[in-house]
Amino acid sequence: MKITLHVWRQKDRNAQGKLVRYECPNVSEHMSFLEMLDVLNEDLTTKGEDPVAFEHDCREGICGSCGIVINGVAHGPMPGTTVCQLHMRHFKDGDELYLEPWRAKAFPVMKDLIVDRGAFDRIIAAGGYISVPAGSAPDGNAIPVPKEDSDRAMDAAQCIGCGACVAACPNASASLFTSAKISHLGLLPQGQPERYERALNMVQQMTIEEFGACGNIGECEAVCPKRISIENIARMHRDYMNGAFSARPNAEAGSAG
Amino acid sequence: MKLESRIPSGPIEKKWDNCRFDMKLVNPANKRKYSVIVVGTGLAGGAAAATLGELGYNVLCFSHHDSPRRAHSIAAQGGINAAKNYCNDGDSIYRLFYDTVKGGDFRAREANVYRLAQISVGIIDQCVAQGVPFAREYGGTLSNRSFGGAQVSRTFYARGQTGQQLLLGAYQALERQIDAGSVKMFTRREMLDLIVIDGVARGIVTRDMGTGKLEVTIADAVVLGTGGYGNVFYLSTNAKNSNATAIWRAYKRGAAFGNPCFTQIHPTCIPVSGDYQSKLTLMSESLRNDGRIWVPLKKGDARAADQIPEAERDYFLERRYPSFGNLVPRDVASRNAKMVCDEGRGVGPGGYGVYLDFADSIRRLGASTIRERYGNLFEMYDRITGEDPYSVPMRIYPAVHYTMGGLWVDYRLQSTIPGLFVIGEANFSDHGANRLGASALMQGLADGYFVLPYTIGDYLANTKLAKADESHVAAREALGNVENLTKKMLGIRGKRTVDSFHKELGKYMWEYCGMARTDKGLQFAMGKIAELREEYWKNVNILGSNEEINQSLERAGRVADFIELGELMCRDALERRESCGGHFREEWQTPEGEAQRDDENFSHAAAWLYQGDGKTPERLVEPLEFEYVHPSQRSYK
Repeated sequence: MKITLHVWRQKDRNAQGKLVRYECPNVSEHMSFLEMLDVLNEDLTTKGEDPVAFEHDCREGICGSCGIVINGVAHGPMPGTTVCQLHMRHFKDGDELYLEPWRAKAFPVMKDLIVDRGAFDRIIAAGGYISVPAGSAPDGNAIPVPKEDSDRAMDAAQCIGCGACVAACPNASASLFTSAKISHLGLLPQGQPERYERALNMVQQMTIEEFGACGNIGECEAVCPKRISIENIARMHRDYMNGAFSARPNAEAGSAG
Repeated sequence: MKLESRIPSGPIEKKWDNCRFDMKLVNPANKRKYSVIVVGTGLAGGAAAATLGELGYNVLCFSHHDSPRRAHSIAAQGGINAAKNYCNDGDSIYRLFYDTVKGGDFRAREANVYRLAQISVGIIDQCVAQGVPFAREYGGTLSNRSFGGAQVSRTFYARGQTGQQLLLGAYQALERQIDAGSVKMFTRREMLDLIVIDGVARGIVTRDMGTGKLEVTIADAVVLGTGGYGNVFYLSTNAKNSNATAIWRAYKRGAAFGNPCFTQIHPTCIPVSGDYQSKLTLMSESLRNDGRIWVPLKKGDARAADQIPEAERDYFLERRYPSFGNLVPRDVASRNAKMVCDEGRGVGPGGYGVYLDFADSIRRLGASTIRERYGNLFEMYDRITGEDPYSVPMRIYPAVHYTMGGLWVDYRLQSTIPGLFVIGEANFSDHGANRLGASALMQGLADGYFVLPYTIGDYLANTKLAKADESHVAAREALGNVENLTKKMLGIRGKRTVDSFHKELGKYMWEYCGMARTDKGLQFAMGKIAELREEYWKNVNILGSNEEINQSLERAGRVADFIELGELMCRDALERRESCGGHFREEWQTPEGEAQRDDENFSHAAAWLYQGDGKTPERLVEPLEFEYVHPSQRSYK
């Protein structure tokens, strides 16, 4: 089939970008979306034109590298699917598609469809972990974890950090991403000691990075390739409130005798 | 040069204890005076960087991804082995050790494998404490399943995303150290050379993939956790950006390359659909627990799967290997799939596929149980092929998945260059000629959390290093080397794209250095690869400049290295005149078509030492001694 693409081309962070039209005349229905772009890039290179830069790696929908807004929808039309797992059989001959990068102030465009998602790492660094140095763990079965809790933690932990939630949100909020980690760890007994402080610190970092606030619109959940539920955002707010209202000055740490 | 494996003395169960006691420690207050470079942030690199940071070292950590969380460990599906014996089914450290040595077809170092089995137990504890949401039973205890090459259930898993959850655990520990200031993280940096000063590894040259800037970093030791080189085949289950450049450039600086021809071809992958195919997708081995593998009895049977009656199906693994059935190790399963397809009994377009059928399990357990166990895998299969595996059997075919070979390391994970440590899939150490399922995650985390952090301390405590910085002549030479290479590649402006070379290389490798290898085929491939290499440096077309994001340039350097590595793999396969594990030389097989080892002549690891461009590398040998698990013809019948 024949597909017409309008691709966002932008030389670097500071350059002005624009949509450029490309024709893909021989698209097979079994190709993945990125394989269509591979073929386009091979053609462009052979013609001496700069290939389209896009981020991708595992092509199995798990590394979270890829992400393209297709006709206004992050990761394209198939629910629960990253763009690398999207196959051309879901498009029709003659389709015209507009390809844009994630757009958010906190995700500056670096080139074409590549954005800088470093802000996500900084949110995790602010508290998205359980402080347990290697070697200090008790036996794996020492603390039973109800299957229900473990399963719900896993539902949240499946987040791949792709950033589609931010791209889809009218406020460019990172609430779904941040809350998924807060939920994952907060649902497990191992995550309790740092639970409320974690919520406070991660939410604060989200604000510092200039992500917007959650407006309960739900676009994030609709585009999430791992179908992370916005229920997590409610849990994040609860933990945040709990942390904010019960925050006290740090207890004095014991000192050497 | 002689390979010193530095295996500690004493009975096998005491070796690691003895080693740890013999090693010198670095005083806690002195640790911050040492800096360590860690390249790669997968299970091995990420765990090592985090742990070294926790211990108080100054860690400089590099990744070519935009975030440490993207490393390809994330894609591991099935699980991680540990000798916990939670199922009370007869598992023990010794049994995991035994299964792994046997599974590797007696080409791994016993002492390393024993240590791995010992450490496996602590890894699970560590991961649970980090919040890894492993599958659990209703009573709240950890759940296990069985995997290929074992008759006990010792595999821990988090749905079909075990690698993701373990990696996120390591990533979170790493981010914690980044926040604490003990680890400095450099993302979008690709290592392009190793800096060796006075015979020891002291630094690396990296390219900032955002700006093209070449940077020199000097430290007291260098750790490579840069993964495997399966992408030498172009089509593999590896991520598109997985590459061999870091280990290859270290090889060219003097780190011997161990067993390069030991490649694992995974039996359960989605078959190729067209020549635009960019990668292959693995379907977890865990599927073989409930799926039955079969092909039609008759050649060229074009009927749909559900039209073929039971009596006209050949469940070839169950037939040939009644005791392990569909759970034989990967090399055996792959080879058998190839055999039935070569006989003309393969299914699907092109005839290179076998069925993996869940109909019986769905009847026995119900679709909901199957969905709970493999739901995400079924969904992935449906997405890629447009077929629903709940109603039609999956079609699968083997694909390159893992490389057991890698840089040679001693018991302490140090390469032949002092101060250069290699961990995880990047080294050659623990899996011999075939890796068992769910053992890669175990090895990556064992190396990163529990082995390297001790052994590197001993190195630092015992080594007096001269002061050095970026202005050192060796650093300037390495930087100049990278600059020249980049200029040279960008100056060619030939006619063929980087990918077209890569695809051609992949075809030679798959055809002649894949599941079945022959003397003639390997020699032919080496000739073709040499021609390809020559053409590459005359006719590759890389557009743009160095001073920008240039994905063609990134790939170009990697493909240049793959071409050279491909040649070395063929050379190694040619010299190893026996069959073992994943290395199957057609000339050496038993009457039943199983791999026929030659223990008299090849009970050793081969490590290749670079001798300069255009020269034949030297083949070093580390003899393997089997004091505990006696080499036998592997039998899974």
